[in-house]
Amino acid sequence: MGHWLTRESTIRQLWRWSLACLALLVVIGGFIEPHPHFGIDAIFAFPAWYGFLACIALIVIAKAIGLFIKRPDTYYPAEQERDRE
Amino acid sequence: MSSLLLHPGLLLIFGGLVIGVLRGHGRSMAILLLPIAALWLIWAAPDPSAGPVLQFLDYSLRPLAPDNLSRLFATIFAVMAFGGGLFALNQASRLEMPAAFVYAGSAIGVAMAGDLVTVFVFWELMAIGSTLVLWSGGAYRASFRYLMVHLFGGVLLMAGIAGHVATTGSVEFVRMGLDTPWHWLMLAGFLINAGAPPLSAWLPDAYPEASWSGTVFLSAFTTKTAVYVLLRGFPGNEILIYIGVFMIFYGIIYALLENDMRRILAYSIVNQVGFMVTGAGIGTEMAINGAAAHAFTHIIYKALLLMSAGSVLFMTGKRKCTDLGGLFQSMPITCICGIIGALAISSFPFTSGFVSKSMISQAAADQHLLWIWLALAAASAGVFLHAGIKFPWFVFFQKDSGLRPPDPPANMRMAMILFSFLCIAIGIWPEPLYGLLPYATDYVPYTASHVVTQLQLLLFSGLAFFVMLEYLKRTLTISLDVDWTYRVLAPAVWRGLEHGYLSMMRVISEATARWLNGTTGFVKRHHGPEGLLARNWTTGGTALWMMILLLVYLLAHLV
Repeated sequence: MGHWLTRESTIRQLWRWSLACLALLVVIGGFIEPHPHFGIDAIFAFPAWYGFLACIALIVIAKAIGLFIKRPDTYYPAEQERDRE
Repeated sequence: MSSLLLHPGLLLIFGGLVIGVLRGHGRSMAILLLPIAALWLIWAAPDPSAGPVLQFLDYSLRPLAPDNLSRLFATIFAVMAFGGGLFALNQASRLEMPAAFVYAGSAIGVAMAGDLVTVFVFWELMAIGSTLVLWSGGAYRASFRYLMVHLFGGVLLMAGIAGHVATTGSVEFVRMGLDTPWHWLMLAGFLINAGAPPLSAWLPDAYPEASWSGTVFLSAFTTKTAVYVLLRGFPGNEILIYIGVFMIFYGIIYALLENDMRRILAYSIVNQVGFMVTGAGIGTEMAINGAAAHAFTHIIYKALLLMSAGSVLFMTGKRKCTDLGGLFQSMPITCICGIIGALAISSFPFTSGFVSKSMISQAAADQHLLWIWLALAAASAGVFLHAGIKFPWFVFFQKDSGLRPPDPPANMRMAMILFSFLCIAIGIWPEPLYGLLPYATDYVPYTASHVVTQLQLLLFSGLAFFVMLEYLKRTLTISLDVDWTYRVLAPAVWRGLEHGYLSMMRVISEATARWLNGTTGFVKRHHGPEGLLARNWTTGGTALWMMILLLVYLLAHLV
């Protein structure tokens, strides 16, 4: 059966509650008096969609750069044995 | 002069040497009490003008002249020496702890110094102490590369200081502009230690190769003394903003690609120091306060994260995300402390990162730096992505690796719990930290708008992590960095040159031999025993040639 946190049903519940929390947070954000410093951060739920899109963009950029700079982790000869054993 | 005996940095340095010969309980007591005594000396130190003065050549050195900024950094360095010492009490290496104390003491020495010569002396001692910490962990080649980079930085700094002193006649460590080549050299020396481009790779190359406890010490001092000297020497220089933003995104991108848990955290050091360098570049009171506060909180939560990773390494001997996972089941304390550190680095409300990093963003907003502000916001989301979720997820959850190690020994657990407590305590009650900052501040981190804004930013980044999880799967790879140029490219170029030189020499010697053969052959052909010019001629032939010569002579005479 495994640990309760590893069960399928628990994970489904976690997703459900997490998404509900996100929605609630956006709703609460609509009621709080904003303190925008610029024009762009006055747009509705700016931090939510900006954070989400920024992360997607970072992952895509990292993957793209990774195409050029990734190597097998045996690329350099092993530095030390003591800690890796 | 006698007050130099009360220098907190020297106390830790000489105390470290004593720790090297102590054993058993005496050693443990010394490790825990020395940082506390140093902390007391930091706060008992006289004001900058009243400190001891040392005469060196024609200059007056002030090794003990702390202002508010000095005390803030020296304080966190002493706290770190205590926490790191507690965590590493059971480290088997007899060299690591003395080296770490010399390292910590030198960092305090840099922070407390009022003149550039003292800064330089402690700066170099720091390089030696940190190299020995690395060396004691068995990473010989990595520690050699590390030392080379830092000695190079030291040479730049030395040249800059010498030029500065020669042109201004003063050794005092004051705020400087980028108006002379000497100041550029000093800035370059400082930036190398900060992990700035183009030599940033020394940090992720070296730190993760130290022992399970060595990395905890290493994470704290070198980069943060660099932040300190930038805040004191070069605040408000615009170039630092761009360098800082570059470091922020460099750290995120590389950490996202990384598989080794401690290399993830090493890249995230560069990322976090990038925030501080950006703050130094903005240079307003709010920005300097923010950068200083962020250095303070960063040392605690980064040490906590590396303690958590170090505990996993200590108990499992594994360091790759692909080998780990599911450890929350048997290492609950390590897991929870790691999550607290991860929340703090992500600036979650009610953790220490929230009350410090937001001051830097606020400073950017106050100066109407829209693009910088947007970059910092995107980076905050990225921090949650690469360190805040990625580290705990892949180490403690993810898949079940089948590993069931227990939590680490008591001293390691206590160190983690202490630093977790500090992360939350500073987050809930930031006023004491704000009271230590170089400038008076009335900054209020906890407004409803700020909390909700930050929660939206972070939690939607978390959503992005799980939506994109398929693309974040760990692979058995590393990512090439600038260290490739001196680990692979330079040796290859050297071998190429060597090969080229040898082939060229071979071609030359073969050509010479051919030429010599040709020449001697020619001489031999014409002058040798059978040569045309040397052999015996017949009488008739000689008479014929004589007649031809005489005819030619006659003709020439007639003409």
